[in-house]
Amino acid sequence: MSASTLPTVVASVAQGTGSGFDPVLPGLILLLPLLGFALNGALALVSGSRSATALREGREEAGHDSGGRPLTHTLPTWIGPGVMLAAFLLTLVNFVGMLGVELVEPVIRSYWTWMATGALSIEAAIQLDQLSLIMMMVITGVGFLIHVFSVGYMKEDPGYPRYFAYLNLFVFFMLILVMGANFPMMFVGWEGVGLCSYLLIGFWFRDREKADAGKKAFIVNRVGDFGLLVAMFILFAVFGTLDYQGIFEAAPDTLVYGGATVTAVTLFLLLGAAGKSAQVPLYVWLPDAMAGPTPVSALIHAATMVTAGVYLVARSSVLFAMAPVGAAAVATVGAVTALFAATIALKQYDIKKVLAYSTVSQLGFMFMGVGVGAYAAGVFHLMTHAFFKALLFLGAGAVIHSMHHALHATHKDWDAQDMRNMGGLRRFMPATWITMWVATLAIAGIWPFAGFFSKDEIIWYVGTSAPASVLYTVLWGMAIATALLTAFYMTRMMVMTFHGPNRTGADEAKHLHEAPPNMTIPLGILAVLSVFGGWINVPGSVRESFFGGFGFLPMSDWLDRWLEPLTATAYQIRVDQLGAYASTSPVGGGHVLWGAIATGLALAVVIIGARAVASREIRPAVESPEPTGFGKVLHDKWYVDELYDRIIVRPIQALSRACWRWIDQVIIDGTVNAVGSVARGFGWFGSLVQTGQMNTYAFILTLGALVILGVLIL
Amino acid sequence: MTLDFASNADYLWALLPEIVLSAWAMVVLLAGVRRPHETPASPEVMAWLSLAGIAIAAGVNGWLYGVTSTDPTAMITVDGFRLFANWIFLLGAALTILIAPPYVARQRLQAGEFYTLILLGTVGMMFMGGTQNLILLFLALETMSVAAYVLTAYNRRDRRSAEGGLKYFLLGSFSSGFLLYGIALVWGATGSVHLPEIGATVEAGAGFTGLLLAGMALLLIGFAFKVAAVPFHMWTPDVYEGAPSPSTAFMAAAVKAASFIAFVRVFMEAFPALYESWYPIMWWLAALTMVVANVVALSQTNVKRMLAYSSVAHGGYLLVALAAANQMAMAGLLFYLLVYTIMNVGAFGVLMVVSNYGEDRLQVEDYAGFGWTRPLLAVLFTIFLLSLAGFPGTGGFMAKIYLLQGAVDSHLWTLAVLLVLTTVVSYYYYLRVAWFMWMRPAPEGQTPGSYWAPLPLSLALIAGAGIILYLGIFPSGLLDGAMAGAEGLGLVRDTLLGLNP
Amino acid sequence: MLAEALVLSAILFVIGTLGVLVRRNAIIMFLCIELQLNAVNLSFVALARYLGIEGQLYVFFVMTVAAAEAAVGLAIIISIFRHYESVNVENFNLLKW
Repeated sequence: MSASTLPTVVASVAQGTGSGFDPVLPGLILLLPLLGFALNGALALVSGSRSATALREGREEAGHDSGGRPLTHTLPTWIGPGVMLAAFLLTLVNFVGMLGVELVEPVIRSYWTWMATGALSIEAAIQLDQLSLIMMMVITGVGFLIHVFSVGYMKEDPGYPRYFAYLNLFVFFMLILVMGANFPMMFVGWEGVGLCSYLLIGFWFRDREKADAGKKAFIVNRVGDFGLLVAMFILFAVFGTLDYQGIFEAAPDTLVYGGATVTAVTLFLLLGAAGKSAQVPLYVWLPDAMAGPTPVSALIHAATMVTAGVYLVARSSVLFAMAPVGAAAVATVGAVTALFAATIALKQYDIKKVLAYSTVSQLGFMFMGVGVGAYAAGVFHLMTHAFFKALLFLGAGAVIHSMHHALHATHKDWDAQDMRNMGGLRRFMPATWITMWVATLAIAGIWPFAGFFSKDEIIWYVGTSAPASVLYTVLWGMAIATALLTAFYMTRMMVMTFHGPNRTGADEAKHLHEAPPNMTIPLGILAVLSVFGGWINVPGSVRESFFGGFGFLPMSDWLDRWLEPLTATAYQIRVDQLGAYASTSPVGGGHVLWGAIATGLALAVVIIGARAVASREIRPAVESPEPTGFGKVLHDKWYVDELYDRIIVRPIQALSRACWRWIDQVIIDGTVNAVGSVARGFGWFGSLVQTGQMNTYAFILTLGALVILGVLIL
Repeated sequence: MTLDFASNADYLWALLPEIVLSAWAMVVLLAGVRRPHETPASPEVMAWLSLAGIAIAAGVNGWLYGVTSTDPTAMITVDGFRLFANWIFLLGAALTILIAPPYVARQRLQAGEFYTLILLGTVGMMFMGGTQNLILLFLALETMSVAAYVLTAYNRRDRRSAEGGLKYFLLGSFSSGFLLYGIALVWGATGSVHLPEIGATVEAGAGFTGLLLAGMALLLIGFAFKVAAVPFHMWTPDVYEGAPSPSTAFMAAAVKAASFIAFVRVFMEAFPALYESWYPIMWWLAALTMVVANVVALSQTNVKRMLAYSSVAHGGYLLVALAAANQMAMAGLLFYLLVYTIMNVGAFGVLMVVSNYGEDRLQVEDYAGFGWTRPLLAVLFTIFLLSLAGFPGTGGFMAKIYLLQGAVDSHLWTLAVLLVLTTVVSYYYYLRVAWFMWMRPAPEGQTPGSYWAPLPLSLALIAGAGIILYLGIFPSGLLDGAMAGAEGLGLVRDTLLGLNP
Repeated sequence: MLAEALVLSAILFVIGTLGVLVRRNAIIMFLCIELQLNAVNLSFVALARYLGIEGQLYVFFVMTVAAAEAAVGLAIIISIFRHYESVNVENFNLLKW
């Protein structure tokens, strides 16, 4: 069906093309990953059944047997990254095309009427505008790099084609999520990425714990989905449409500022966003999601899918601007999450867990940004975070890959992800070491790395909201505290992993090696982006100071202006209602002073932190004592998982069991028995002492019948 | 062609699909007869033979679209609702027949009679959808039910089959008693058994109110049993678990669809004027059914039983359409029934493969590693499960959207939210099976089966999955058909209840 | 006259219902269901006096259905008797929650 719709793509240009921007085959951007999924999926099925046949015949699994890699494993190497590269280039063409024109209205391409009922008509339509293109660039660009990295990382996995099939499918759904022109389309992508995430977290399903992590992610996300669906319901009831265009254009006139409707909608949207983006209280699934292969963590659980919540809020900026309570809730959830996750990250020893909590924390920053109305800043941080966090995860992947090989070579039964078992790796993997330091400096917010511009812009905006209420002052304090903690725990991770003496063991150290080029090259590219990616959104006052190189460095406030068509309405509402932002910074000075303070503090934390961690003696995990005191509380993640288990999981299990055991067997049987006793008391039915199942059914049936008769006749 | 029913010959034309199918059932019955010492008839051959009959009946059903009936008092109508319903029944029967052969062969069931019963049951269903006469409706319902009783108890060597059959038979005829009593009272109150005439009498306020309400209540009870609405659902899990899997698929899909079709026709044509009275009951039945069935399904570990509760839960979603009672909801109901029939029979088809065409290996643990031992079947099963759960991109999702749309049009907000909430809950138990298939290794020492399932089964599953996906992406065509089928059946709830829209 | 007949029919129907609820023997339960159907038949016949002869016709349909049900029902009961050596429905609880 996809082939037949393609010709109509060009024919059925719907509306909004007055500005002169003519997108180049936008549908193909979507179809390419889908094609990759189809091809890789077919190969995966072939390979899967082959290994099943091999199993049946008592041989080892296919893929290992004959030395040479079978075709089912060599083809995905080209198909997987290939379709991503093509999609990226196509996105780039469109991006460049849009750069050249002042696009005011989004370009909507409508393919067919997806669901049409009396009042509701939803098109299968995609929307190209500034926001979706930024997201598409990140998804296809970073996605392509991660696909390339995966070729090296997953090389020896028997599920190689299946892995690329899932990954391509994920990209397809992620693109639907950001390109959809209405809420239902976004929901398709939303559910789809959830499914792929679930499949990829449980990719190594032979490990029971890892499969459980996939299930956990799935269930927690359902809570979020419910919020999103209810929000869509209310929106449809109010606006009679679910198209972005229709809703956001009508919203300022239809909805009452701060009214109950818009507040409810935004709170339900927040529930959905919090589920997907792992915010308090629904963040618990993300750290467990690290059970999946590391490139998956980089792509799905750092760079793209988890930012869908931020995208959702930014996309619905008009609604959030009209609901001060909803917006404040977003900012508060973000701040709490940011600080909370950062404290947990302080005490983790698993390198991926540190990065996972760091991701949760950074997502909190993005929520803070979009919560205080700094939509462009939120998206900006989303983008820079995609660069440096993908880099950190891939770097960690390279480290784990190397550690795994080393431990495997000598059959040492140690955890390849525990930082206490690492140390001094910089000698063995210099490229990984350097690129990861770049990312660390970026996330710590040190000039001129990308994170400095994006994170400090958010903190700035939170601070300028402070005069509005005490709440924002508190949030601002939390944001600053989180930023400092971030600098510390990232430094700790780097020092424990790459510096000091090597703790892997002498024999094992011989097997430590740098990753192959197809893994280090993506690291290098991402490192470059982590340095310069922040330069695209620098406020004018900063540009003319030291931090902007006095105008000599190629910096601009391009992103703010680029996103203006989308944020203007929301911004205008905030200006009208709140007087918007003060022009001075919260500490009295201007941007420049603020920048100096921020980068100075961060740098100080990095240096002091590095010394503090390096001066302590670290022993391999097996020899280390259990953490005690408050450190134990942090190490055990504030016991949130245990709490959820007690107050939610077990009661629900109990309820379900109660429904069939207790209600059925006690209440119903009991009632029947009681009625039986009464009847016996009357001496009518001498035989009605015991009940058999079938009579119970007939009894309930009759009881129901009596109720219905009673209701209707009386 | 125009039928005015001036001569009885017109009934022959109006009933042509039913007649063809009944005659063909006799052919199948005779073709399956063997002397004791002869080899029994091949299930596959009998299946293809039965399928040919269904194809002919389907062709005739298509021809009926060109036929108009000018006599509204005729016992049989030729309207879009009936014809659309016939597609559902024929599709359900065809899919069941296609998935059945390996099971029938393995369990050494009498193939000829088995398929004959399915065909005759289908004839009963088609009458249920086509008649406007309560007595004929009763006969049709019994034709279907008796066939279903036998199909349930069909595996004589299995005591669970016999037990399920007895439970179904006793409780089913018990509820038929209520239904029949309802018919008698409605007839007594209005003097007619013809649905539109009853509707006119009721609307005019004539008739005996007490008798009428009692009769309507009894009809409601009878149908609530047939569609397995909580609390009238108690038989469902036992019967569905005990029955041979192809019979279960047939009952869970087509029998349930037929019950809903008749339910809708009776309440929309005869009692629209009493909407205010029956709507709260429908509301509660829907709410209870959705909540109880989904919650109980959570704790099931037997997949067949889980699917039984799932079918009860789907009945709950469909009851929302009855409570909403507008044309959109009715179209949604038709659409839903069609999609539901496909995905349910499909799910049972895969279940049969896993259970070795018997009644063993029905626990969810038995699905561990199925994705890797039988990848193709597992992919198809996953599609069916996702569709049952209402995953976007599948027909099940679109069907739920249309039901929701109907509920929203009637301002049934609570039911709509309940539908969404219970759907979200249902994800868990559907995808748990998928989780076992794809995320658990196969137990040691278990030999994987062949890559392909037998041809008719594979054909049914692939076609079913294809239709499900197609309807998830391009649902408009079928919805237009369903809207046409629901023409004239919808009520406008606002005016009935004096609400402001 | 009509009222009396209808009340009698209702009483018979209730007796049939109660029989299904309290009896354990599958055959007796089935006979109680037959009683229900015949109670309805009584209604049909009584109403036929006022509403026309077709009421008596309906009785024949119902009897036909009852006969078909009896045939199938007894067959099922025989089939289950072969497995359990009993027609007491209390024993048939292989299928439950």
